[in-house]
Amino acid sequence: MTFKPDGQPADGLSAPSYVELSDVRKEYDGCVAVDDLSVSIARGEFFSLLGPSGCGKTTTLRLIAGLERPGSGRIAVDNRLVSDASFVLPPEERGVGIVFQDYALFPHMTVFENVSFGLHGRGKAHIHHRVGELLDLVGLTGLGKSYPHELSGGQRQRVALARSMAPSPSVILLDEPFSNLDADLRTTLRQETRDILRVEGATVILVTHDQEEAFSFSDRVGLLNAGRLEQVGSPYQIYHHPASRFVADFVGKADFIPCTLRGDRLVSSLGRFRHQGLSGPDSAPFELMIRPDDVTIAPDPLGEAIIAETIFLGADALYTLELPDATRLHSLGPSAKLLPDGTRVKVTVELAHVVAFPKD
Amino acid sequence: MMNRKSAIMIVAAASVAVAAFAIGRLYAPEPQERAEEAQTPDTPQIVNIYTSRHYGVEPVFDSFTEATGIEVRFTTGTDALLRERLKAEGANTPADMYIAVDAGNLWLAAQDGLLAEVDSPTLQENIPAELRDQENRWFGLTQRVRTLMYHPDRVSPEELSTYEALADPQWRGRLIMRPSTHAYTQSLASSLIAAHGPADAREIIQGWVANEPVLIDSDTQILEALAAGQADVAITNHYYLGRILQDNPEFPVRIFWANQEDRGSHVNISGAGITAHAPNRDNAVKLLEWLSGPGQEMFASTNHEFPANPGVAPHPIIAEFGQFSADPLDKAELGRLQADAVKMLDEAGYR
Amino acid sequence: MSSSEATKGVRRGKRRFDVLPLLPVLIAGLTVLPVAVVVSALFTPSPEVWLHLWRTILPDMLTNTVLLLAGVGTGTLLLGVGLAWLTTTCDFPGRRSFTWLLVLPMAVPAYIMGFIYTAIFDFAGPVQTLIRELGLGIAVPQIRSPAGAILVMTLVLYPYVYLLARAGFEEQSGTAFEAARSLGAGRSRLFFRLALPLARPSIAAGVALALMEALADFATVRHFNFPTMSDGILRVWHGLMDLQAASEMAGLLAIFALVLLLAEKRSRSRRAYHQSKGRRPGIPAQRLSGWRGIAATALCSVVLIAAFGLPLAQLIHWATRELAVLTPGTFAVYARLAANSLTLSAAAALLTVALALLMISLSRLKGSRVSGYATRLVTIGYSIPGAVIAVGILILLAAIDRAANTLAVSWLNVTPGLILTGSLVGLIYAYGVRFMAVAYSGVESSMDKISPNTVLAGRALGARPLRLTLKIKLPLMLPGIIAAAILVFVDVMKELPITVVLRPMGYDTLAVWVWQMSSESLWTATALPALAIVLAGLLPIRLLLRIGTAHR
Repeated sequence: MTFKPDGQPADGLSAPSYVELSDVRKEYDGCVAVDDLSVSIARGEFFSLLGPSGCGKTTTLRLIAGLERPGSGRIAVDNRLVSDASFVLPPEERGVGIVFQDYALFPHMTVFENVSFGLHGRGKAHIHHRVGELLDLVGLTGLGKSYPHELSGGQRQRVALARSMAPSPSVILLDEPFSNLDADLRTTLRQETRDILRVEGATVILVTHDQEEAFSFSDRVGLLNAGRLEQVGSPYQIYHHPASRFVADFVGKADFIPCTLRGDRLVSSLGRFRHQGLSGPDSAPFELMIRPDDVTIAPDPLGEAIIAETIFLGADALYTLELPDATRLHSLGPSAKLLPDGTRVKVTVELAHVVAFPKD
Repeated sequence: MMNRKSAIMIVAAASVAVAAFAIGRLYAPEPQERAEEAQTPDTPQIVNIYTSRHYGVEPVFDSFTEATGIEVRFTTGTDALLRERLKAEGANTPADMYIAVDAGNLWLAAQDGLLAEVDSPTLQENIPAELRDQENRWFGLTQRVRTLMYHPDRVSPEELSTYEALADPQWRGRLIMRPSTHAYTQSLASSLIAAHGPADAREIIQGWVANEPVLIDSDTQILEALAAGQADVAITNHYYLGRILQDNPEFPVRIFWANQEDRGSHVNISGAGITAHAPNRDNAVKLLEWLSGPGQEMFASTNHEFPANPGVAPHPIIAEFGQFSADPLDKAELGRLQADAVKMLDEAGYR
Repeated sequence: MSSSEATKGVRRGKRRFDVLPLLPVLIAGLTVLPVAVVVSALFTPSPEVWLHLWRTILPDMLTNTVLLLAGVGTGTLLLGVGLAWLTTTCDFPGRRSFTWLLVLPMAVPAYIMGFIYTAIFDFAGPVQTLIRELGLGIAVPQIRSPAGAILVMTLVLYPYVYLLARAGFEEQSGTAFEAARSLGAGRSRLFFRLALPLARPSIAAGVALALMEALADFATVRHFNFPTMSDGILRVWHGLMDLQAASEMAGLLAIFALVLLLAEKRSRSRRAYHQSKGRRPGIPAQRLSGWRGIAATALCSVVLIAAFGLPLAQLIHWATRELAVLTPGTFAVYARLAANSLTLSAAAALLTVALALLMISLSRLKGSRVSGYATRLVTIGYSIPGAVIAVGILILLAAIDRAANTLAVSWLNVTPGLILTGSLVGLIYAYGVRFMAVAYSGVESSMDKISPNTVLAGRALGARPLRLTLKIKLPLMLPGIIAAAILVFVDVMKELPITVVLRPMGYDTLAVWVWQMSSESLWTATALPALAIVLAGLLPIRLLLRIGTAHR
């Protein structure tokens, strides 16, 4: 399944919706956790729910799993209603796999017994075959007789994955399953998990607060803010065409400099940029989004900006620049040649995508 | 419509209930037998007893069984608890006989209608009138005298006379007594009320209290304390001394019969009555009669008590205590006055 | 909460008669009924009796009760918490052994401790006799005093606080302490500002247990001339021969106990044997060297000797005298008593734990808030004196039997006689009422310990409730359930008043025998049965500790 930059499927056909949430709403004690959320996830798609803590993404996941009842709205899987305000198909009948943040392995059972748990009643030969297959798939061959407490974090995560996949569920939910792992293990495991799940052909919904994780893992990302979906689209879209200031701020660093609308241009202190499709009266105030990777600097004694701070990131260096009107701008540059603080520089801004929001 | 799970639960609960019932019945007492059936020689003869007198009773009952072939089953407890149980069981009680170690409880049991009248010439002949109920509902079987004990090294018998005299200031700090919680003390207090009336009795008790007696809730320990020298004079039941002397003839404590110059020493009884709804009434009457006659000696002697039957000789050790005159107070009075006695003890500050 | 709503999977509007939610309430009702019977006596008060009591002994009894509770509370707190802290955070010679040895005094019933201590330390006892013979002028404090009562009860009851305080300390994260130490906190600050407050719920639970035991006791305090409310109840019952008034006092005591219970529930937390999260041990251990180490060892030894060694030695001494005159007949009697005690204890343990399990799982799955509150009430039986419960049950069962008989006579023309009264069923029912609290809290805390995600994972994998319970919940709860069963077992082995009142004809237990013999001051005859009780308590306690440590 591939997608165009605007988030629509590449083959032009609108893919049939496999998991569909329609105007789902959930309130706790008067506080709205999920606010009329609607999203359509295609079969075999890898979808991420991204957002800051407390934005409602875990609640949404639990609603999809059947662990909570929506206050209003409906949830359907494969065109079958599974949840609405008066009916909730219980998790044990829903056939939705879940991998929890703490893996929730059964501590009193071996790895084999854990993985085979969802295969109850399927015939011994089949179970052995399937478990063996899965253990091979996740790279845990031979560890069938071990207990969870004997395994490392990464191994446990893989057992949890294998376990959830064993009954071949049509939908698998991942609730921040990589957050308990070390950074390097995280990236490796992320990729492995993605590959494994692709092979299975499952529809996967990942919940995370880590933008990098959501981007590298998913076909599409839904950005949640206080229970509302601010934007749904491919990672590219979200990054380069954020639909709101919140989205822009959340995914990657962004600076906003004031500018005004003049015809088909936005006029700012850093230049004039051609915009697309923004409307408004002349001289209407806007804010232009500039990402650090859009900004290049070169030392120039006549430059308008001064380097205020330098952060060495390894491959790159992040410079904080102070502009004459006291606004701050960031620039991402190669780190091999570090420029010291206080250097006067000339600032060049090249925007491949012009994103601006009305100033309010 | 109930769902399947509820149905299973109900069936399970029902089976548990049935099982419990079955187990309970295994141990529950036999159902009330018809009087005729009890007489057939084929059915095993039994008699069931609720008794608070448990010291040394097994050999006595065994002896009865040998003599008559009637099996004796007994449950022990305190007087009051057994009485409560009889009351609660009502007409369904399995008990045929109630044996208590305090006249008060026998009186109370009779008052509550728990005991039946027994018309038995044997009993009337064996047990003196003052030791049994006027209406023949209970019969004393042994006598227990609560009197003064002293250590001869520190007290000479001439100094002792009556219970009342212990209120004298000269006995300050030299007394050991049993706390008011026990029936023995309550019974003694009842006898004081009967003899002097409530107001004077209270004064006497207050006198005792003023002498700051050591309080120990065990007659045996009181005697041991006396022997060890913790105090000089005590009031205990006579048979505890008898018991101790049986094991240790060198025991220094001596007995003094109180109030010989006036009404006599305070005597309580342990006795028995046939329950009002006894399933094996005839057997029980047989047992009672046996206890008042052939069984008297054994029954009384195992606990070093004085037999109720004047024709039976007491145990040699207590016989050595010598003759004494007993307070002829009707034992029923002890029961009647018990509540007042307790109140009076409380008011007098006797703890 | 909402997850329980979501599990129902029922379309609203379709009515189903589900009997299951009622079961917990029913069981709870049965458990509370005898207590209610007794408390109901308060609705028909006897003012004259109360007036008399108020003018005479009631103020003393109240003060004594308060004094006892204060003394035992303080004593068990100091001893239990102090020893727990010592064995958890300090290392000294013998620490490992003391850790479990210090629990052993729990096996000795308080009434046995009572008569042993008075027998040993009384004027005529060996200690004072020896002192007199040696001519030493040491004045030994009077053992038959409030102080003596408090001392003995503290020694018997501190293990409850000890165990729970230990659990409270051990489940604390070691990293929090390391952080505190890096901020400059010394040992005492670590203890008072960090460890103690964090362990407070567990400690409070332990002290509440100890206080309820002290409140319900009447047999022990008798030895010390220290009449408390429980003692007063029996006094009114037997002395004034007024069951009604006695029930009223008992009702009052029950209410007081309820208040105590609610106060404890407020600061309620997990109980018993906890897994510590993470691999680090709780609080770092500090080695005590030199005189400090010796002092610690000495302290533990003194407590152990006083609470366990001394009574054991005395019992063994008496037992050897008894063994010399033992006849095969008496031995057979003892064997029968032991069998009875074990049977009753095992049956009661199984029943209470099974019912607790049923109640808790049903009320969590399907129950409403009402059933939640109702089931909490079952724990009240623990703080009511056994004698009071016995009376309540006697009245109840007798009424049932009478009704059953009346019905049987009129319908079937048959007189079944006594069915429940004086049967094992009645007796075990009484144990259930009395000890449900122990089973309930043990089962509840082990159920709380199961991570919700583990259960949800099972459900997402398709496990229906039955399979979920059997394959996931029960195995994980098993250690806690066994621990609860063990505690009930030990309690029933020691139990006295209920057994005395309700036992079937001729069905005696070790405890009853000990009581009978001790009330006649026949010490040597108490020894073997008393030792049997202690022994029967030791093994389960050891097992209990094993489960606790293995579960870590």
